[in-house]
Amino acid sequence: MSPVEMNLEARFDAYVAEEKKIEPKDWMPDAYRKTLIRQISQHAHSEIVGMLPEGNWISRAPSLKRKAILLAKVQDEAGHGLYLYSAAETLGVTREQMLDDLHTGKAKYSSIFNYPTLTWADMGAVGWLVDGAAIMNQVPLCKCSYGPYARAMVRVCKEESFHQRQGFQVMLNLAQGTPEQKAMAQDALNRWWWPSLMMFGPNDSDSPHSAQSMKWNIKRFSNDELRQRFVDMTVPQAELLGLTIPDSDLRWNEERGHYDFGEIQWEEFYNVIKGNGPCNKERLAARVKAHEDGAWVREAANAYAQKQQAKKTNATTHAA
Amino acid sequence: MSSTQHEWPLWEVFIRSRQGLGHKHAGSLHAADAEMAIQNARDVYTRRQEGVSIWVVPADAIAASSPDDKEVMFDPANDKVYRHPTFYKLPDEVNNM
Repeated sequence: MSPVEMNLEARFDAYVAEEKKIEPKDWMPDAYRKTLIRQISQHAHSEIVGMLPEGNWISRAPSLKRKAILLAKVQDEAGHGLYLYSAAETLGVTREQMLDDLHTGKAKYSSIFNYPTLTWADMGAVGWLVDGAAIMNQVPLCKCSYGPYARAMVRVCKEESFHQRQGFQVMLNLAQGTPEQKAMAQDALNRWWWPSLMMFGPNDSDSPHSAQSMKWNIKRFSNDELRQRFVDMTVPQAELLGLTIPDSDLRWNEERGHYDFGEIQWEEFYNVIKGNGPCNKERLAARVKAHEDGAWVREAANAYAQKQQAKKTNATTHAA
Repeated sequence: MSSTQHEWPLWEVFIRSRQGLGHKHAGSLHAADAEMAIQNARDVYTRRQEGVSIWVVPADAIAASSPDDKEVMFDPANDKVYRHPTFYKLPDEVNNM
């Protein structure tokens, strides 16, 4: 590193330490830029792939009201993906490059979306638990040091709270319904609980990049801290539903003032990340197909725009 | 590569949240032309009545001041405190001026 760069980096660090925002044209260390591109694009991919498990139930929602709600929610996820892709683009990466990385499997997305949505109760569990965990992760990002990311997250978080509430309401209706409906809700909780806890990422002891991200004010709380908060918040909600969290080690720890909970099966987590989850191939294939099927639309729109532009230019030339 | 395979251009989106306020930058998006950019902006940025009017501007049409010039550009205003009303200490009797 040259003395000039060292000076710039020292200034950057001091700036971030003062809780100031970094904007796209400001100087930033390469590693900061790379970390953000990776994180924001993965986040965007997660929103887009996250539309698939729920899209599965739009045509099978139990009522018109539920269908309209689910449609609105899935449309929101698309919007969140778009805010985030735009934020990442301000760092110099192109949309095409990001999509390419997703489609070739180079870029990751949240592994939670590689689980199937088997029953209607899964729409409840996904909203309540998956969106609940996502909110826990995302709220601190509203204060992250990179301006465009922080601003995108403010919008996302505002919209996300309806997602969680509607999910909880689906669970509540099922839990208060017939014994079969309640069993369906319990089954969904059983399947989504552990993958939701995994959404916070590896334990702090196994999360090598966390310290740097914390120093850069990209990350504000550790994985284990956020996971604990999520458990503490969710256990009373499960009690209110009259459902049982599938963890025999779960109990209130008076001394800590938190719930203790069981060991997470990290082997499963890494296996799903590696591409061996129940739906990895299906999700990626669906994204690639959508992209390829849309190619002619993108081309046609471009051709139309060029034609209109040419007409306009002609008209101006003739008029002159 | 033919030009039709190129990525749609980037547009910056500005939204007037209600009548009487100015348009404020909301974000950006890709679209083939201005008409499509407005349509997309409606779907992406105004799903909850966030706006009553939308402007879209091709991102490359925006000229911006350089962050490196921040000091030269904005510092001259720094020492002109007399431009602010609080600079003037007036007797308490004229309390609402």
